[in-house]
Amino acid sequence: MSDVEDRFAADDLSEVSRDLYDFVMPESGYERYADGLSREVVESISRKKDEPDWMLKMRLDALALYEHMDMPSNWGPSIAGLDMSNISAYVSPKTKQANSWDDVPDDIKETFERLGIPEAERDSLAGVGAQYDSEVVYHNMRDEVAKQGVIYTTVEDALKEGYEDIVHKYFGTLIKPQYHKFAALHYAVWSGGSFVYVPEGVSLDYPLQSYFRLNAAGAGQFEHTLIILEPGSYLHFIEGCSAPKYNVANLHAGAVELFVGKGAKLRYSTVENWSKNMYNLNTKRARVEEDGSIEWVSGSFGSHVSYLYPTSELVGARSNSEYTGITFAGATQDLDTGCKVILDAPDTTASVNAKSLSKSGGVSTFRSSVVVSPKADNARVSVSCASLMLDADSRSDTIPAMDVRNQTASVGHEATIGRISDETLMYLMSRGIPENEARTMVVNGFANPVSKELPLEYAVEMNNLIKLEMEGAIG
Amino acid sequence: MSDLLSVSGLTAGTEDKTILHDIDLGIEAGKSYVLMGPNGAGKSTLGHVIMGDPQYTVTSGTIAFEGRDITSETPDKRSLAGIYLSYQAPVEIPGVPLYSFLRTICQKRPELKMTSRQFRQRVNEVCEQLSMSTDYLTRDLNVGFSGGEKKKVEMLQLLLLQPKLAILDETDSGLDVDALSVVSRGIEAYRSTCDGALLIITHNTRILERINVDQVHVMVHGNMVSSGPSSLIDEIDREGFAKYEAMLAQKAQGELA
Repeated sequence: MSDVEDRFAADDLSEVSRDLYDFVMPESGYERYADGLSREVVESISRKKDEPDWMLKMRLDALALYEHMDMPSNWGPSIAGLDMSNISAYVSPKTKQANSWDDVPDDIKETFERLGIPEAERDSLAGVGAQYDSEVVYHNMRDEVAKQGVIYTTVEDALKEGYEDIVHKYFGTLIKPQYHKFAALHYAVWSGGSFVYVPEGVSLDYPLQSYFRLNAAGAGQFEHTLIILEPGSYLHFIEGCSAPKYNVANLHAGAVELFVGKGAKLRYSTVENWSKNMYNLNTKRARVEEDGSIEWVSGSFGSHVSYLYPTSELVGARSNSEYTGITFAGATQDLDTGCKVILDAPDTTASVNAKSLSKSGGVSTFRSSVVVSPKADNARVSVSCASLMLDADSRSDTIPAMDVRNQTASVGHEATIGRISDETLMYLMSRGIPENEARTMVVNGFANPVSKELPLEYAVEMNNLIKLEMEGAIG
Repeated sequence: MSDLLSVSGLTAGTEDKTILHDIDLGIEAGKSYVLMGPNGAGKSTLGHVIMGDPQYTVTSGTIAFEGRDITSETPDKRSLAGIYLSYQAPVEIPGVPLYSFLRTICQKRPELKMTSRQFRQRVNEVCEQLSMSTDYLTRDLNVGFSGGEKKKVEMLQLLLLQPKLAILDETDSGLDVDALSVVSRGIEAYRSTCDGALLIITHNTRILERINVDQVHVMVHGNMVSSGPSSLIDEIDREGFAKYEAMLAQKAQGELA
């Protein structure tokens, strides 16, 4: 009960302001590559990382693909404001990766302290990675987890520390550079991110967390997350992200590749809070083997434009995908989010549970795609999307696509769109709650099914983000 | 003695229709009143207008509480001043657990300052008074609750907030026996613990059997037509509202002539 109480008694929320996220650290002394994309930039990144030849070749092939592929133009939010020639693909603080917070430079340490990362590590995490602009500046994992054979590092370090074979086997195989233009871009200039390997039968009691902070104006962040769960293992991985607000466009085009082995279970939670000048063109995909399970928990609050559809490929019999997500689009935001599931084996199951909020002219679009292949006998899928529009200026759309090619499959879909009723406001106000708080309370309640899937600190953060949005702070 | 609540010359309604005509009503601290009248008399509307429901507009007259004009105050301010309205059909709010809702509304009131532990104790006490299982506390506010359960939640809030004036909108004649006994029990506890004033809106006289009523007001067609001692309740129970409708008609004729 105290849990419930702490999460939702409005006055228990600490006073929050946008300043919590919206502070800028000086960039002096940083290594920053010239804006725009060129063979030279790609080669410089590769050289700096001292990586194997196959990786450089992959980067250059991806660059060639990028140059030939078209921008998405006939669907989704406009990305006309994004000009790659004004984006620096690589910005690095001049520091080596540390595994003690004491060794992290002061301004960067202060950034993460203000975001509560070291505190979270002490309290409730098995390991933490922290990326600042293009490079991971901090990485640490509890000894007892390392002793179980769990590897948690960056892809760059995995290549150097004897795991090149594993990286080579998996890297870029689930999200291929050909997938779309920004996947190609990602593979040309990727930097930082996480590499996680969980051996067979190992269950992590506490989550691992990577936090991504983009401090530099006009920069791109292209981190690569590669997670491999061997059969029967369990991991909860959390990613958080934020950035200060600039008047120029920033770009995030990460890639997340998740390999879930037989009977393994992966929960992947995200609280995304990019600033509202960010183009968030992120790609996430999981492949799940027999009896395995992927759970996506996703809170999308930030960015100017988002295209984000975590994708589950269910390739093993009885494998399962669950998606629980909430998207909140405020002023100046056009967020196109949802989920894609490909059921490609018998007795696979998937559920998609999405919530969307729009306010002050924000546009929130829920887009889902469910594909049931001829192989997926007795597949079961349910998709539900509930939208809440907080004023008449805002917009909420639901675009579910279903491609069912197996007669024994059962697929269900429901969508609701609503507003906060006058009766509800009157009821809450007549118990002493001011109108704004009453609205926030209803919205928090609406988001509750998602926030209760998150660890407590993140649920609190999510409630704070909702509170910020409801107060009309334009971050 | 000056009134706790004083409604004078109140005319109010929705955008297209006047519902309340020149209503006067005085309520003294600690006393019990019943507002009776046939269906559609405007009783519920009066309750909502006193609480400040924005779906109604006051076109003339004033509402004063403890001598202060509150006619244009928002419902949350009226609530904090000490007015409570119990709804006949409370809304459901998904995702907001009852317990944290109760905590929030109590925290709005400095006079109810309690530690988490004191608060929990207090809630448990009140639940016991109402024979209400504490299992409800973790459920979402009113979501999927039966009529009787919703009533309990209204009474629970009444007893926690201890307002100076409680307006109980019980116009729904469909109250079942259980809900009826919950309301009676809630009223008894309210009267005995904080000596608040009570205005019960009803046309169901059974609810009044166990209550010591100080004064009865009768409304017909949006007009306050009569008032008298508690014996009026039995009389209305036997004879209905025909007499009062005639009174209003006569009055209207008189005004025409």
